[in-house]
Amino acid sequence: MKTAGIIMIIGSLLLLGLFKYPLWNIMLGAPQYPDPLGMDIYITGIQGVDEFDLQNIDGLNHYIGMKTIPKPEEMWEFSVFPKVILGMSILGVVIGILGFFNKVSYKFFLGWFILMTALGVAGMYDFNNWLIDYGSNLDPNAIIKVTNPDGTPMSYKPPLIGYQKLLNFDVDSWPHIGGYLMFVGMSLTLVAFWLGRRASLKRTTQ
Amino acid sequence: MKNILKTTVALVTILVAFTSCNNSGKSNGQSGALASNVAEKVYVAPGEYDSHYAFMSGGYSGNITVYGLPSGRMFKEIPVFSQFPTNGYGYSEETKPMLETSYGFVPWDDSHHPDISQTNGELDGRWIFINGNNTPRIARISLTTFETEEIIEVPNSAGNHSSSFITENTEYVVAGTRFSVPVPQKDMPIKDYKGNFKGALSFISVDPEHGHMDIKFQILMPGFNYDLSHPGRGKSHGWFFFTTYNTEEANSLLEVNASQNDKDFIAAINWKKIEEYVNNGGGTMMPANYAHNLYDEATHMATSTMKKEVRVVNPAEVPGAIYLLPTPKSPHGCDVDPTGEYIVGNGKLSANLTVHSFTKMLDAIEKKKFDGDAYGIPILKFEDVLAGSVEQPGLGPLHTEFDGEGNAYTTFFISSEVVKWKLGTWEVLDRKPTYYSVGHLTIPGGNSRKPFGKYMFAMNKITKDRYLPVGPEMEHSAQLYDISGDKMELLLDFPTHGEPHYAAAIPAEIIMKNSRKIYRLAENEHPRKALSDADTKVVREGKNVHIYMTTIRSHFSPDNIEGVKVGDKVFFHVTNLEQDFDVPHGFAVIGANTAELLVMPGQTRTLTWEPKQVGVWPFYCTDFCSALHQEMQGYVRVSPADSNLELSWSLGD
Repeated sequence: MKTAGIIMIIGSLLLLGLFKYPLWNIMLGAPQYPDPLGMDIYITGIQGVDEFDLQNIDGLNHYIGMKTIPKPEEMWEFSVFPKVILGMSILGVVIGILGFFNKVSYKFFLGWFILMTALGVAGMYDFNNWLIDYGSNLDPNAIIKVTNPDGTPMSYKPPLIGYQKLLNFDVDSWPHIGGYLMFVGMSLTLVAFWLGRRASLKRTTQ
Repeated sequence: MKNILKTTVALVTILVAFTSCNNSGKSNGQSGALASNVAEKVYVAPGEYDSHYAFMSGGYSGNITVYGLPSGRMFKEIPVFSQFPTNGYGYSEETKPMLETSYGFVPWDDSHHPDISQTNGELDGRWIFINGNNTPRIARISLTTFETEEIIEVPNSAGNHSSSFITENTEYVVAGTRFSVPVPQKDMPIKDYKGNFKGALSFISVDPEHGHMDIKFQILMPGFNYDLSHPGRGKSHGWFFFTTYNTEEANSLLEVNASQNDKDFIAAINWKKIEEYVNNGGGTMMPANYAHNLYDEATHMATSTMKKEVRVVNPAEVPGAIYLLPTPKSPHGCDVDPTGEYIVGNGKLSANLTVHSFTKMLDAIEKKKFDGDAYGIPILKFEDVLAGSVEQPGLGPLHTEFDGEGNAYTTFFISSEVVKWKLGTWEVLDRKPTYYSVGHLTIPGGNSRKPFGKYMFAMNKITKDRYLPVGPEMEHSAQLYDISGDKMELLLDFPTHGEPHYAAAIPAEIIMKNSRKIYRLAENEHPRKALSDADTKVVREGKNVHIYMTTIRSHFSPDNIEGVKVGDKVFFHVTNLEQDFDVPHGFAVIGANTAELLVMPGQTRTLTWEPKQVGVWPFYCTDFCSALHQEMQGYVRVSPADSNLELSWSLGD
């Protein structure tokens, strides 16, 4: 159970990488943008990959009537997400320490994982809702209005994950270092759970 | 009758044979598999980059053109000494001061010899310098923005030809006069030239951090013609070598009268010694009047200042600093090999190519083996300084470059060829024709301690039939050769813009990473900038109306302006708010007696317009900036001179 506790602590601490590295990244390449424009989505706000990328994305988006990319203070998520991540990290570490000293059962590790997954899914759902709004809530006086074959206005929603072609842009949306660290961290808590369970079963069979 | 027929058939056959012979001669003997192999060597696939930059002087265009090697594609023309309506250089208020001189605004020059800055004798790619020949000036061009940043006029000089060559740590950019003139200028009979005219050789210091130029001293040499020059390097660092002609000091019909002496001179100048003399207060401050024009990247503006004195040094004041090396027959190019030992005097009327030895020169000086003097300057003996001669290499040698492998390449104007020969043994290794009458040649870094001996290109004076005919006036031709093997191989023939004299070339990796993409708006310190819509305004100052305007895809702000009157002078101060690579905006207004503006991202430029007629007049963006470029336009309402209409401006009302 000692090893499991340590792994639980490490896994929880990996969440803190989100304070330094982006959770997600969206790149927009086009024939005239051989160096794609990009946004890095941090839990504290959205930043350009290069210094003027956000300004240039907004500049292009004004043709199709998209809103500008939100500043941190314009979205509640950017003040709540850091608190949730910090809280979950501390909670995981505490559970890990208690597990290390055999004060709590390995089942708490799984409980943390389930809670984190639920929060993550909720976060993704929220993020996707924002993408939908960002991509389809367009200025009715937009300079360029593109409609789908059925006559409905085209949505410029970037994919939640993966690749999509939007007009002349190739859009790639994938997790970034912070996101990967979080996934690895969460996986480690599952490993901790599995190790803790094995140790516990061993004890019972003896 | 049968015989006549037979003879005719035979004659026709021979003629056909001759004609086809000529055809194959024209194609340079390369066809089929061989030609396609050559094509691969110059083919740069779409999206790929050339391996070298070549900066060609524009000659009578007054500018520099930037080419890629080995493709021979032209990337840019950098305006230097000439007004350039393409982007408004020399027309916009910000850039007009660059072309100020003591003669007033001079919108043209003849640019000859570019040279890239060096550190420890190797190309460092920070700046490129070039001389204006006609109204003596030296320009410094940034190799991060590829824009002209500074121009300094050279007083007491005329025909600024033995310029602009730099010392191995860019301590000085050196400018020598081709025409000797009275110093100071005065009203005197031309026939009194001999003994009275002077040839000024100017050493212009270069600030190591900013590159700012300042004339440190001028040496007032005898009234010869100073044709070309090059710095010593390595062991000869601290010396500078100038070829001279017209040591006869003729003032008329020079083609005959300046070709009489069997030998002219290479002037060897120990500039370190003169620098030391000057640093200790030596020389005389002489009244002068010359322009110093400096462009500030932060304000995006040039300023012109008139300087009022220059330090001059008479050779007699610094004994032991200057010597004359006899060199046959009106030498033109003066080239120093990468080790600094050999000084090649390309005697343009000589059958042989003369090479002097720096070591032997020092030895002769030490032993005081002089053969008289010219105006007090010791003349060394030809035999004492001669390293060797390349015997009968060709006709009309002009310029020599080096490959860093111990080989030299000399151009021959009259016999239209480049000859490769070996330093030390003086044997001719190879020769290749040029098309036609080659002037300079360039090897990347060929004028430094470290040449990059892969390519060599020859710049020709005569084009004739090389390309599709375009009437009597045409561009010049250049040929690119691969010199990595024992024999030179002709790879490519391409037209060049203006009349390139010399060129400087450099491996791309040294400078491409430093090239700017935009100017940062946050660093724009132009006094009449507008950084957002909130900053835009129209201000009347008497008859002057200042319009603070912004551009961003795809509109001007403001785009409707009223209250301008006939007789006003309107200044459009246009700031480009874009911070995206390659999104310039242009500006032109109907009837402006000037050129357009091309405004780079983050930059401010000013166009002056003096409306002469009442009406509503459009302006528009001249650069196809975006999908809605055609919508990027506006109007100025011009009212009668006595109108009471107040100034107003708007966007989107």
